[in-house]
Amino acid sequence: MAAMIEVEGLCKRFGSIQAVVDVSFKVERGEVLGFLGPNGAGKSTAMRMITGFLEPDSGTVRLEGVDIQDQPIASRQNLGYMPEGAPSYHEMTPLGFLGFIAGIRGFSGSEAEDRIATATQQTQLGSVLYQPIDTLSRGFKRRVALAQALLHDPEILVLDEPTDGLDPNQKHEVRTLIQEMAPRKAIIISTHILEEVDAVCSRAIIIAHGRIVADGTPDELESRSDRHMGVSITATRETCQQLMAGINALDGVAEAELDSRGLFVKPVRGSDILDPVRVVVGQSGLSVADIRVERGRLEDVFRAVTIPSGTGPSGTGDRP
Amino acid sequence: MNVIWILFRREFVSYFITPIAYVFIVFFLGLLGAMTFFLGGFFDRGQADLAPFFAFHTWLYLLLIPAISMRLWSEERQTGTIELLLTLPVSATQAVIAKFLAAWAFAAIAVALTFPFWITVNYLGEPDNGIIIAGYVGSLVMVGAYLAIGSCLSSASKNQVIAFVLAVLVSLLFTVAGTPLVLELVSGWAPALVIDVIAGLSFIANFDAISKGVLDLVNLIYFLSVMTLFLFINIILVNLLKAR
Repeated sequence: MAAMIEVEGLCKRFGSIQAVVDVSFKVERGEVLGFLGPNGAGKSTAMRMITGFLEPDSGTVRLEGVDIQDQPIASRQNLGYMPEGAPSYHEMTPLGFLGFIAGIRGFSGSEAEDRIATATQQTQLGSVLYQPIDTLSRGFKRRVALAQALLHDPEILVLDEPTDGLDPNQKHEVRTLIQEMAPRKAIIISTHILEEVDAVCSRAIIIAHGRIVADGTPDELESRSDRHMGVSITATRETCQQLMAGINALDGVAEAELDSRGLFVKPVRGSDILDPVRVVVGQSGLSVADIRVERGRLEDVFRAVTIPSGTGPSGTGDRP
Repeated sequence: MNVIWILFRREFVSYFITPIAYVFIVFFLGLLGAMTFFLGGFFDRGQADLAPFFAFHTWLYLLLIPAISMRLWSEERQTGTIELLLTLPVSATQAVIAKFLAAWAFAAIAVALTFPFWITVNYLGEPDNGIIIAGYVGSLVMVGAYLAIGSCLSSASKNQVIAFVLAVLVSLLFTVAGTPLVLELVSGWAPALVIDVIAGLSFIANFDAISKGVLDLVNLIYFLSVMTLFLFINIILVNLLKAR
């Protein structure tokens, strides 16, 4: 069976700028694909082509096996899309707006009412249904646009920065909602909030300068960080300075550096240094508050792959 | 068809949930009344007809219709709702037609609200109501042509002011095409056929012909062709410029 979303060799050029270069990937049912990348990397352009808003210069997009260029209207029936900036008709009320969307989606009467009720409940819009969208806060506007994308319970969801502008509680609610829906759908979300990838995505693609520069599960990507498997020691500065010489002498240690909490020991790639470090600490007789292994930080990987090599602060350690 | 109806309804209702409808109708009726009575000498002529009233429709539409049409597509592009609209199961053709029809229906309401003029002449005398009906029909198709030009140019720019100015400019060309001013400009060098064609493109001449009671099919077809042409270009522009 064909994957729910199949993207092959997508390219788009705006004038002299290559916005998207040879982007290919598949998303199966049950997957939540996180689209990461710096601003202007081509995330939104790629999403616009996947949803059929923008015609690619070359490449194909198939939704449930249907080529969106061949059958633009049919391929959109099972697609829910929240464009960048969460646009909606601001003079309307959420109820009027969702009623319009329901009509376009072919629902009428009590079925339309049920759909609207479900979508407004999922996005917690109940309290503002009768206020013009114009007068709503940014978080509500975003949720109105989200409700629009969910209204027909599509099996394919493409959400461009779904949690942008929401407060932490609302972010949590939207992430929970995405997680709940995930098993039944193929979902693409774009974000530049890296914690979101850990929270909801089963896979992440990092785009820079229009190209895919990394593709894997959040864990796989984290393991590419040079902090991956590093050991972090929380202790006073004097203690750390005394420990440094012994730790630096260990096999498998690339570098030990002081940071705000104590000491961070960077391993040579692939080596497990927790136990040897523990031994050194134990033998020294000094007391430390905590010793633990780090998973690696997506942020470091993100920076390493999205900043052109040479200027890349790849693994410069502890910037705030 | 159903999709066009739903799009039409949303567009049409949006005129009335914003102040656009009320402001426009008040201005339209106020200006038309002032022109008819003061410039047209509605009473002084001592004739029971609506000729002075219809005479000003062209000029009023030239300025006021672009004010309705300017937002049709530039607003969608400006606010990004065009991306929402055109990723729904809706084609650009359906959207262009629905928006145009909604604007036309709205303009038709404004025109219909001039009915007190009709009542007045019927109260004061015995006008030829056939001619008046022909005038209203002509006015409606002419409004449609102005709206199609405006809608088309609204899709050419994200900026509503630019859309307005462009629409007035192109509308002006069509409006004055048959006037002596333009004809004298070309009559010196252009062949007679070209002059005839230019004269034939005039909104004023075509509207005059209809509103004098000569409900000639040619004039109606002319306005319908202008609408079709500009809506066709409108669809192309929407597809071409939607993501810019």
